[in-house]
Amino acid sequence: MKILVVDDFSTMRRIVKNLLRDLGFTNTVEADDGKTALPILEKGGIDFLVTDWNMPGMTGIDLLKAVRANPDLANLPVLMVTAEAKREQIIMAAQAGVNGYVIKPFTAATLKEKIEKIFERIDG
Amino acid sequence: MSQETRLALAKDLVKALEDDNETKADEILDEIAGLRESQLFQEIGKLTRQLHDTLGSFEIDAKVAKLTENDIPDAKDRLQYVMTMTEEAADKTLTAVERLLPVSEQLTQQTEELALQWGRFLDKELPYEEFRVMSKQITQHFMHAQKGLSQIQSGLNEILMAQGFQDLTGQIIRRVIDLVQDLELSMVDLIRLSGGKSKGKPAGTETVDEKLPGPAVPGVDDKKGDVAHSQDDVDDLLSSLGF
Repeated sequence: MKILVVDDFSTMRRIVKNLLRDLGFTNTVEADDGKTALPILEKGGIDFLVTDWNMPGMTGIDLLKAVRANPDLANLPVLMVTAEAKREQIIMAAQAGVNGYVIKPFTAATLKEKIEKIFERIDG
Repeated sequence: MSQETRLALAKDLVKALEDDNETKADEILDEIAGLRESQLFQEIGKLTRQLHDTLGSFEIDAKVAKLTENDIPDAKDRLQYVMTMTEEAADKTLTAVERLLPVSEQLTQQTEELALQWGRFLDKELPYEEFRVMSKQITQHFMHAQKGLSQIQSGLNEILMAQGFQDLTGQIIRRVIDLVQDLELSMVDLIRLSGGKSKGKPAGTETVDEKLPGPAVPGVDDKKGDVAHSQDDVDDLLSSLGF
């Protein structure tokens, strides 16, 4: 299981990476923007995407839309981890096909729960 | 147009009229009219520029007024929130450290004492009674170590999560920098308009996407009641819509 973590703040990438390691996911890669993340995804091999929303080059919502529009990536599970908490944004992400939405600040338990929920749905 | 020029033209006109030279008279009349016209145009030009400057200055005044009434108080609240967040994060981290240091110290001490006893045992200097005591202590030590290490593990995770403030405060500060730059540009414009010298427009810093609200600062961004305050709010919203 290879996971791509995307956030323009390196502290946040480190925190998520450590939490994933704690949950047993040791194979993680990082990107600092939607723009740098997309080529990594297109190259293939990524099984799960965790992304922020607010990034200067390409936002998380645009990255999500690009992923869903690409036939090779359309079914990639995507978890959004973001400070954007307005109702209309949450709805926008859901309509764009996000599999989970976690708002910052979050707890380790919440992240674990949402990831497990996504995997349940895939296996189920 | 100087008095001399006027007089000279007038004299020429009179002479042309006395000479019955219609063409010449017309020429001179055109010249006089032309001069009057260009003077008029100059006056209008001056007035227009003054009006434009005044309007521009009103616009900037209005902009500065808006910044002063809404955005600057907002910015102060945001920075206050940043202070609160960083203080809380430092507090959480220090609390975890203060809790864990004694645990680590105790485990270190126990390990040292046991190592000493074990060393004596290996040197065949430990009497049997003391060996039995050491054996019990080793069993207890394993229990303590497991408990202590688990405490240390969870404490370290708390410290890890506490660092999440940096991302949120960073985003908030970016927005305040944006605002300050806005204000700075308006000030430069004001100074320029009032005729003073200024160093010109400062170089742009990275700007924030205006459409994205970013981290919600309580009391500033949640006035319309359309912000999810907790993960539970988010989950409820999504499940109510069937996601």
